[in-house]
Amino acid sequence: MKTLQVDFMGKRLIAMVFSAVLLTVSLGSLFFQGLNLGLDFTGGSLVEVKLASKVDPQVVRGYLVESGFANGTVQTFGSDEDLLIRVPPQQELGIAGQASLGDDIFTALAAQYPDIVLQQSNYVGPAVGDELAQDGGLALLTALLVVMLYILFRFTKQFSVGAVVALAHDVIIVLGCFSLFRWTFDLTVLAALLAVIGYSLNDTIVVSDRIRENFRRARRGAPVEIINEALNQTLGRTLVTSLTTLFVLLALLLAGGEVISGFATALSIGVVIGTYSSIYVAANVLLIMNITREDLLVPEPKQDGNEDGSYP
Amino acid sequence: MTNDDTRSQSGGGSGGTLLGAPSRRGPMNVFPLWKYMLIAVVCLLGLIYAAPNVFQPDAAVQVRALDGERGIGAAQRAKVTTALDAAGIQVSAIDQQDNSLLVRLLDEDAQLTARALIADTLNASSVDFVVALAQAPTTPQWLRNLGGKPMSLGLDLFGGAHFLLQVNMDDYIAGVVDNSAEGMRDTLIDQRIRFLPNRQWIDGRTISIAFRDEATRDQAREALVDYQDFLLQEREAAGNLILRFTLTDDKIRALEDRAISQNLTSLRNRVNELGVSEPQVQRLGRSRIVVDLPGIQDSARAKEILNKFANLEFRLEALPRARKSQIENYEYQGRVQDIMRRNIVTGNNVQDAQQSYDPETSQPQVSIELDNEGGRKMHAATKDNIGRSMAILFIEQKPRVRKSVRDGETVEEYYTVEERRLISVATVQAALGFNFRITGLSLREAQDLALLLRAGALAAPMYIVEERTVGAQLGDENIRRGWQSVAIGFALVLAFMIFYYRGFGVAANVALTANLILLVAIMSILGATLTLPGIAGIVLTVGMAVDANVLIFSRIREELKNHPPQMAIQSGFDRALLTITDANVTTFFVAIILLSIGSGPVRGFAVTLAVGIATSMFTAILVTRALVNLMYGGRKLESIKI
Repeated sequence: MKTLQVDFMGKRLIAMVFSAVLLTVSLGSLFFQGLNLGLDFTGGSLVEVKLASKVDPQVVRGYLVESGFANGTVQTFGSDEDLLIRVPPQQELGIAGQASLGDDIFTALAAQYPDIVLQQSNYVGPAVGDELAQDGGLALLTALLVVMLYILFRFTKQFSVGAVVALAHDVIIVLGCFSLFRWTFDLTVLAALLAVIGYSLNDTIVVSDRIRENFRRARRGAPVEIINEALNQTLGRTLVTSLTTLFVLLALLLAGGEVISGFATALSIGVVIGTYSSIYVAANVLLIMNITREDLLVPEPKQDGNEDGSYP
Repeated sequence: MTNDDTRSQSGGGSGGTLLGAPSRRGPMNVFPLWKYMLIAVVCLLGLIYAAPNVFQPDAAVQVRALDGERGIGAAQRAKVTTALDAAGIQVSAIDQQDNSLLVRLLDEDAQLTARALIADTLNASSVDFVVALAQAPTTPQWLRNLGGKPMSLGLDLFGGAHFLLQVNMDDYIAGVVDNSAEGMRDTLIDQRIRFLPNRQWIDGRTISIAFRDEATRDQAREALVDYQDFLLQEREAAGNLILRFTLTDDKIRALEDRAISQNLTSLRNRVNELGVSEPQVQRLGRSRIVVDLPGIQDSARAKEILNKFANLEFRLEALPRARKSQIENYEYQGRVQDIMRRNIVTGNNVQDAQQSYDPETSQPQVSIELDNEGGRKMHAATKDNIGRSMAILFIEQKPRVRKSVRDGETVEEYYTVEERRLISVATVQAALGFNFRITGLSLREAQDLALLLRAGALAAPMYIVEERTVGAQLGDENIRRGWQSVAIGFALVLAFMIFYYRGFGVAANVALTANLILLVAIMSILGATLTLPGIAGIVLTVGMAVDANVLIFSRIREELKNHPPQMAIQSGFDRALLTITDANVTTFFVAIILLSIGSGPVRGFAVTLAVGIATSMFTAILVTRALVNLMYGGRKLESIKI
């Protein structure tokens, strides 16, 4: 099989513009309309019910308003028979009242629709929602920091910055998609976001590893050429892995049901963006930070002997 | 030995590679026998410990003795068998464990009926057993002997309810200070030690008592020596001598620990009444409690029981000569009843309570058994007060939230509203001790009181801050969907690998299968709980685990351009190793961060991700290598397809 020779770095200006546009749109959307935060972070109540036959959500909503639950929204969830009722936090009900709101709503619905089945009922108190949001943000930042330190220890500062810029790039764009399309951002999506960090990092390290190896081996050649070669050498692997990962995400999207769809969506976007960023963003940062062969030389004679001696 | 092989040997030998050691001597790409054996044994162990997950559990009813010492035996077993036989419910087996019976049913639909029947049979006179719906594992005995057990299913897969409760410590501490202050004042009055009236008697965690002269102060200090929870200081202010009792931070922490552990005990008792086979009640952080009730049918009732923030206090009736400040009054049966402010014992001291009937009058009554401390206090308080009335005060805490503005920010404040009422006023007939009875109640009142006392009062008020309930039907659906996505994802990846890598693809696929089995096996051994996000983690592991193989294979492809096949295989594996390690270690870090910071769904995902990384390192590097070695190693190869 012949290796492709794509001039990745030659098109890096286009990539920079592309990334800049995506980041601007994402940050703009995040800034102006924010995230459509789910129950986990906002607090409130959520009831999912299954009805025996299709019922118009608006009819159900009308009935709930009549029964004294004016603040709920009703929507279908996955199928026409599955309804999701969300109620924002209700201060005036008191803590006990809020905690039992889900049960009250279900009881009211059961009186009207006898065949109804309670699928799930969630209540998150306002303080807990804030904590989950805080912990989530903390987890994201810690993950980025730990990654940065590990790469600093294993590679050099250029790679470390490159990896973190690539990861931040991916996270911001996935968040931007969730903001732009008003998809619900809940705890499982947050978990997916951290998995995106893990995945994209995997990609970035594989590419970085090859760049480092090639820098050490090549006696001549401009950084642009060396990086280009490394990107081409790893391209096959990058694409195959992205493909297999997208396969399983497709399976999750198709069969996993509504609960997992946010998770699978976030990861799918993350995998695509992560693949792109490991090729362009991380490598671009290396060039911007003027990486040279000298940065990567290891004062270990054995290492050099390995590279040069064993493959004559 | 061929020319090729000799050349490559020298190449591999001088490289000092990580996995290439065997190539120094024997032919290339051959593992010593022990290595193959080791890999085979690990995979076999994986198969054994993953196996229990394949067996579908039986619908069962679990019967657990509330009193550990009395236990459960042949008598109960016989009763259960007879009752179920009579009702025509078929039982496949009854397993006896230390303190419980597991009644396996043939017909899943009979589960609810069977539970009701068993409960009626065994708890006819008093509540001695917890009767709960359960899923009995059907793991064969030989697997169980090896320690094999299936993964337990999370609430989102099994159905059930999860509650997070916040304990209101401020109110609790304030209550402790208040009651101690009352106690100190009573002691001083009883011993006729004069102290000065003081409006600022209680200030936060501090109780200050002022005295006119040193002699009385010393006398008081002697009298109040029992209040060891407080830090005692002597002060002087405006010519008065002051004794200051302060709750220290250490003491507050100790009190909080005590309150939490008592709340835990009480919650465990209450949850037992709900009939759940494996309830979990655990402390979380400094002031929170998690309650997991897998398989609970009626979450509204669970909430009702958890939400009973009630306590009981036994207090003496106020005598006419009592000072105003010592008295509180409540309405009781249409009249005003004066009782002492200070309690003798609280519900916290009750060890057991049963509703029964007075043998003489056949009227309902509640028999109460106190713990050591409670018995001593009760005896001391009643021995001189025969003929005086004793009241039982029922204190219910109702949680509320209000918004207030602090530092320009709107914050939510939790507070509790207290409702107090007398539920019984009865005459003390004799000096009471550890055991006594309360009579003069209606049957319903007696039953409720017994339940409340038995379940134990909460030391500190609590409120629900988070609830997640999943219906059994959705749980089943989630399992089905979860495994379906694992199957589809797995099949897609297998097909792709064969198509793209041919023979090497087969090796990778065997490794991937081994990975899935080992992942399930380790999760089972660790006793991890499987959740839907956990299944998503498994699916993702399947997709990402091939990455290591893909790395190795593309490296082999590259090496093939410059090297003969055997050597290309060897250096492909060796050179990819460092990259694989780097990539996986960092992803593992991310999984650990998820695990330590995340909660609920995030944790479930993180566990599978972390275990999946570990198993995929093993399978992708060692299992694939072993297979490739078996398929290609140690012989002359002109070319290989990859």
